[in-house]
Amino acid sequence: MKRYSALSLLRNALDYNRKWPTAWRSPEPKKSYEAIIVGGGGHGLATAYYLARDHGFKNVAVLEKNWIGGGNTGRNTSIVRSNYLWTEASLLYEKSLRLWEGLSRDLNYNVMFSQRGVYNLGHSLQDMRDIERRVNANRLNGIDAEVIGPAEVKKAIPCINTSPSARYPILGASLQRRGGVARHDAVAWGFARAADALGVDIIEQCEVTGIDVRAGRALGVATTRGPIAADRIGVVVAGNAGVLAKMAGLRLPIESHPLQAFVSEPIRPVLDTVVMSGAVHGYISQSDKGELVVGAGIDAYNGYGQRGSFPVIEHAMQAIIELFPAFSRVRMLRLWGGIVDICPDACPILSKTPVEGLYFNCGWGTGGFKATPGSGWAFAHTLAHDRPHELNAPFSLDRFASGALIDEHGAAAVAH
Amino acid sequence: MTAAQPNRLRQNGRIDRTRPLAFSFDGKAYEGFAGDTLASALIANGVSLVGRSFKLRRPRGIVGSGAEEPNAIMQIGEGAAAQPNLPATQVGLYDGLVARSTRGWPGVRFDLGAINDVFGRVLGAGFYYKTFMYPRSWWKHYELAIRKSAGFGQAPEGPDPDRYEHMNAHCDVLVAGGGPAGLMAALAAAKSGARVMLADEQDEFGGSLLAFAASIDGAPAAEWAAAAAEELRDMEDCVLLPSSTVFGYYDHNFLTIAERCAGSPDSSVGGGVRERLWRVRARQVVLAQGSLERPLVFCNNDRPGVMLASAVSTYIKRYAVLPGRRAVVFTNNDSAYRAALSLAGAGAEVAAIVDSRPGGAGDLGLRAQALGIPVHAGHVVTDVAGRRRVTGASIAPWNGESWENVESTIRIDCDLVAVSGGWSPAVHLHSQAGGQLAWDDSQLCLLPAEARQANVSAGAGNGQWSLGECLADGLRAGAETVSRLGLKTAAIRVPGADANAGEKLIEPMWRAPAASDADRCPRQFIDFQNDTTVADIRLAAREGYRNVEHVKRYTALGFGTDQGKLGNINGMAVLADTLGKEIPEVGTTTFRPAYTPVSFGVCAGESVGELYDPVRTTAIHEWHVAAGAPMELVGQWHRPWYFPRDGEDLDAAVARECLAVRNSLGVMDASTLGKIDARGPDVVEFLERIYTHKVGGMQVGRCAYGIMLGEDGMLMDDGVMARAGEQRFYLTTTTGGAASVLSWMEKWLQTEWPELEVYLTSLTDHYSTIAVAGPNSRGLLEKLGCDIPLDKERFPFMTVKPAVLAGMDVTLFRVSFSGELAFEINIASNHALAMWRTIMEAGVEFEGAPYGTETMHVLRAEKGFVIAGQDTDGSVTPVDLGMNWLLSREKDFLGKRSLRRPDSLRKDRKQWVGLLSLDGRTVLGEGTQLVGESGEPAAMCGHVTSSYFSTSLGHPIALALVAGGRGRNGETIYAARPGLEPLPVQIVSPVFYDRKGQRQHV
Amino acid sequence: MLLIECPWCGPRAETEFSYGGEAGIARPADPDALSDAEWADYLFYRSNPKGAHRELWNHDHGCRRWFGVERDTATYRIERSYVLSHTGSDAATGSDAATNAGTGYSSGNGD
Repeated sequence: MKRYSALSLLRNALDYNRKWPTAWRSPEPKKSYEAIIVGGGGHGLATAYYLARDHGFKNVAVLEKNWIGGGNTGRNTSIVRSNYLWTEASLLYEKSLRLWEGLSRDLNYNVMFSQRGVYNLGHSLQDMRDIERRVNANRLNGIDAEVIGPAEVKKAIPCINTSPSARYPILGASLQRRGGVARHDAVAWGFARAADALGVDIIEQCEVTGIDVRAGRALGVATTRGPIAADRIGVVVAGNAGVLAKMAGLRLPIESHPLQAFVSEPIRPVLDTVVMSGAVHGYISQSDKGELVVGAGIDAYNGYGQRGSFPVIEHAMQAIIELFPAFSRVRMLRLWGGIVDICPDACPILSKTPVEGLYFNCGWGTGGFKATPGSGWAFAHTLAHDRPHELNAPFSLDRFASGALIDEHGAAAVAH
Repeated sequence: MTAAQPNRLRQNGRIDRTRPLAFSFDGKAYEGFAGDTLASALIANGVSLVGRSFKLRRPRGIVGSGAEEPNAIMQIGEGAAAQPNLPATQVGLYDGLVARSTRGWPGVRFDLGAINDVFGRVLGAGFYYKTFMYPRSWWKHYELAIRKSAGFGQAPEGPDPDRYEHMNAHCDVLVAGGGPAGLMAALAAAKSGARVMLADEQDEFGGSLLAFAASIDGAPAAEWAAAAAEELRDMEDCVLLPSSTVFGYYDHNFLTIAERCAGSPDSSVGGGVRERLWRVRARQVVLAQGSLERPLVFCNNDRPGVMLASAVSTYIKRYAVLPGRRAVVFTNNDSAYRAALSLAGAGAEVAAIVDSRPGGAGDLGLRAQALGIPVHAGHVVTDVAGRRRVTGASIAPWNGESWENVESTIRIDCDLVAVSGGWSPAVHLHSQAGGQLAWDDSQLCLLPAEARQANVSAGAGNGQWSLGECLADGLRAGAETVSRLGLKTAAIRVPGADANAGEKLIEPMWRAPAASDADRCPRQFIDFQNDTTVADIRLAAREGYRNVEHVKRYTALGFGTDQGKLGNINGMAVLADTLGKEIPEVGTTTFRPAYTPVSFGVCAGESVGELYDPVRTTAIHEWHVAAGAPMELVGQWHRPWYFPRDGEDLDAAVARECLAVRNSLGVMDASTLGKIDARGPDVVEFLERIYTHKVGGMQVGRCAYGIMLGEDGMLMDDGVMARAGEQRFYLTTTTGGAASVLSWMEKWLQTEWPELEVYLTSLTDHYSTIAVAGPNSRGLLEKLGCDIPLDKERFPFMTVKPAVLAGMDVTLFRVSFSGELAFEINIASNHALAMWRTIMEAGVEFEGAPYGTETMHVLRAEKGFVIAGQDTDGSVTPVDLGMNWLLSREKDFLGKRSLRRPDSLRKDRKQWVGLLSLDGRTVLGEGTQLVGESGEPAAMCGHVTSSYFSTSLGHPIALALVAGGRGRNGETIYAARPGLEPLPVQIVSPVFYDRKGQRQHV
Repeated sequence: MLLIECPWCGPRAETEFSYGGEAGIARPADPDALSDAEWADYLFYRSNPKGAHRELWNHDHGCRRWFGVERDTATYRIERSYVLSHTGSDAATGSDAATNAGTGYSSGNGD
């Protein structure tokens, strides 16, 4: 892998940028691999990268039915934070956040992780109780978190409406200063390039159409580019997890829903942090280009359409204007939808399955982007050792039978 | 031409010369006419430099005349009514308009950022992914610098002074686009009896006809359009929406239209509606949004003065302004010849028509030659000179094969280069609706193919280019919708118009050759706004970003405010060329809303500010407000939090209110509690399944505390239920749970147990509840005059009776949420305020006090009563709460099975207990985490759910969920406090006051 | 925005309804007899298909009645709405009360 740097930019510019190598190869699929990762999104590519880097896997393929990073990786609002309520969840996301902090250098690809802070607003006494509880828990888990009052919110975010006469006045917020946003496409590309450099085959336009399960063991996959055998198969396909599970005769405790987001036209910098609100259901940041990036809610019904319903957008707009009245005259440029796979407890599944050699990483719901490196790191460990790492052990499938759910619904009643 | 507007033509145009309008651009005053757009007025005044590009900060001029404009992005208006990012081509001129350019520092004419242009090669596609990584901590500094140059316009400085509204509409046929095809389709449908809506983004109907020299049925085309619109306007059930953009096409033929109601972006100050969102359910849709002209790709094709040929025609014909005096027209198709004819007709010199096709044009070419315009067939423009304005064009012969080392043999001085690279049908809505697109290799464009919803495309948007074809195609589309609707098609004739016989086909010329190869030659722009060049696309492909979506994202192609309307097809073609593929193999991208940008405000509609969410208040609310009670927000409700007297703060007021209840009398408005009437022959069986206790054992007139669980075994809601009759119960829920509990019960009843005959009715709003609590509560009711005996023998604790109190019909509940002797008075909401006032007057004798939610919380916490949603969070079972006594062993109930799961049986589950601060004075923060040891780091073992200072007891009390808590009575654990020493606390029973529960039985 | 046919009130916009998840998930007659895994299957596991899906909807801003809808989760095309069966918990066998085919609103290409 030729390293990227300011110097390489200069050198290549002198040569009219004609000598840049490909970021990743486009190999033909081999007959068999040590491990196959189904799904070329951020999580899948990260899994392959860490398998190769940390666990010595030399023969790994990532199979992507379309183009890498084209699913939820390219369709989110790119928020990164780790201030979850329950210890199990916060430790997993914190692992991820720590990986984010070194990711650009690890990958030699600038993923533009920008730790501009994440504010979770409270609008009622109960919101503030929940914020206190979460912040206190975060701090005891070694995660940076603080509770701030409305005056500090106003000082940090001058354009926000902290009027006590607002319909849902802002009573305070939690702040995680290490939270922020990253460049979503770059994450997929950076992991792809780094994984490729470690020998991982990234195979695009290769849709998995079947999983070969015999005697309770997964032996390989059927694809649109022929059958491929593998010792281990990790499925990381977000909203389509249910479809892949069915191929192996499995069912999952997840349901797929459309989730929408939109951006405004680029405007001059006016919001240099991330603001989320559960009661006033919306979350917003401003990209380096100037676009306001706004997350809307999910459609209540199951859907695989990668598109959502307009009333959801109306609600998101109303929420943003409630928080930022001056944004009423800003214009929405583009909106899009993704398919999110939601677990009953709003927590992911990183788990072995009843089928030997088959592993699922899914159920990230509305908040998977932030987990990209951590998810890949833990899932790689799970594949490599055929057992979960202690960080993701609580996120196994068996929790649904035992009842040991990790209910994050109450803590983040907002898509994120 | 006048001195004030040097480029204004003396005659023609659809402007009103009797209505001059003053406006300013970048602080300089100008004048235009009614009917102008800001763009046409700027051109009239000779302003050609209007913006700077995003990355390279190159000087830019107006390119188009409509939604496709990428360069003239303006800040319109000032202060709170400012409007960022409007394309000057879409801003109707009005008197006093204040416009500012949005890029360039210190200004658009002299921009220090233009240095980027010099270093442009370093700033190739995706350069930012390759640098700014070292040292790690510096990214925030790099980013700060990058962000400084972000964005175009500025967000307004205050809340929006204007209003927006939503309108729901249904129609048989919605026609999107009011050009020739759209008008014909609308006429065909409306005359056949269909209910029609016709929307067009311009303020006049006619579309391209407004800037077109042709005639229809012998009359000028624009007149025909006006007459057609008039005819439609006069028809019943036909809604015409000018200034309205259909921007979204959703499932089940649902479309969204943004209507600009006011004449200007900020003129409705004073109460008018600025924009209206139409939410339309259409049975059929005709998409007739026309087509968008593509620019041509050659070196420095972004210089001010390079303009779309159709825009040149539009400025001349519609706005009577002349964009240049000496023009070169560069094209690969016949349509641009019209611009040449328009220019010549308006008195400009057309120095050359440069046609990449060896054979040149058809009839239009002959007409141009007849006017003496030199036509260079088989030639291309390779480069233009000039920086802030085009000064000349270099021309070279071209054989259609070589792209490198082409020597330009001719240099022509000019101040305008009119370009046409062909036309792209506006297939956006068709694609949004899920329809397929197909590449047409002869017309070189994407055409709408199979539709997935009930829509049909027509006109130029359907690949019909001539006026005659557009009219006929519109009629066909209209008739098709009519027959799909099952109506009889009215006989309508296609008006007579040119059919453009004698036109020659477009030929591909996706990128002009240059003196050096595509990586080395001066920049050839694909996407003007984002500075995406041919070299960028080639670089992306070289680096492996070969999927069109990767290329777009890597190079930012199509991510500007024009959303790729100008550049996407050219970009795809260049990518295909680079990869050695055919264009269809490269694929296209899906189009998503919005077709053109729409304001947040119009999407939000009326539901902003105080209408953001309904406010629910009780029937007694006005009294609370008059008493000066601050409100607590509980869901949508505003509930009085406390009733301060004489400047009391929260703590003082609550202390006083608590003592009033404990010592004498307190009165609370508890009306927000959910109330459900449940009745029917099977009501007992139904409630047995819903509630955990044995409901059947309750006698008529008895009350019981009941809880309900989710099927996961977790506490969902709680409340008092009363048996009002053999087959009738009165259920109460928490304030927040009222609606969801009723829906949930209905779902079980209707979907799972339809065999049960039970009827559920919400009474939450119909009845108000006044809680009267304290040792003197009975005395108060007796003083008010009650028709039933209230003593404890005849009206014992946990019973209910109808009564007449103070002359009003009520239902009296002998229940208590404070642990004191208490009654809850249920009364029809119309009478609640009268009852409340009566009680307040009578209560003076007892030194009674109204109390709010905070005192209610303290009183119940002293008694260890749980509040669902505060002490529970969806992960707490009744066993955790110590409510085993409520769980019937004799029956099944919802959630019961889940209580047997291994995790539910864990001994170290968090259980609900009381806590006492060992220092005897510290009130723990709610949400405080608890740890087993005082040292760091310590594992958390629980958290504080409720915490107050108990005035009655004289010390703080707290309730908490603690791992294995009930078995740890008397143990000391620690409250972790950020920045402070952990505070030792003792685990105690959650009942702090009157442990034997005697006071409520008095 | 979906157009949903309420069997009692006729076609109405999606915003008048609330969604109730997959139809035909029968509550086990004897939960106590189930293993933890079987109980979990009833509680949490859904078919979540990409394609035909039978689901429950409630016309909660209208007649407040629950009914069944057969909808494709990929195309969002609604095949039919149906009244829930009164013979037991499996709502699948309900009578075909209404389809959208005749309305022209939601049928694939409207003809």
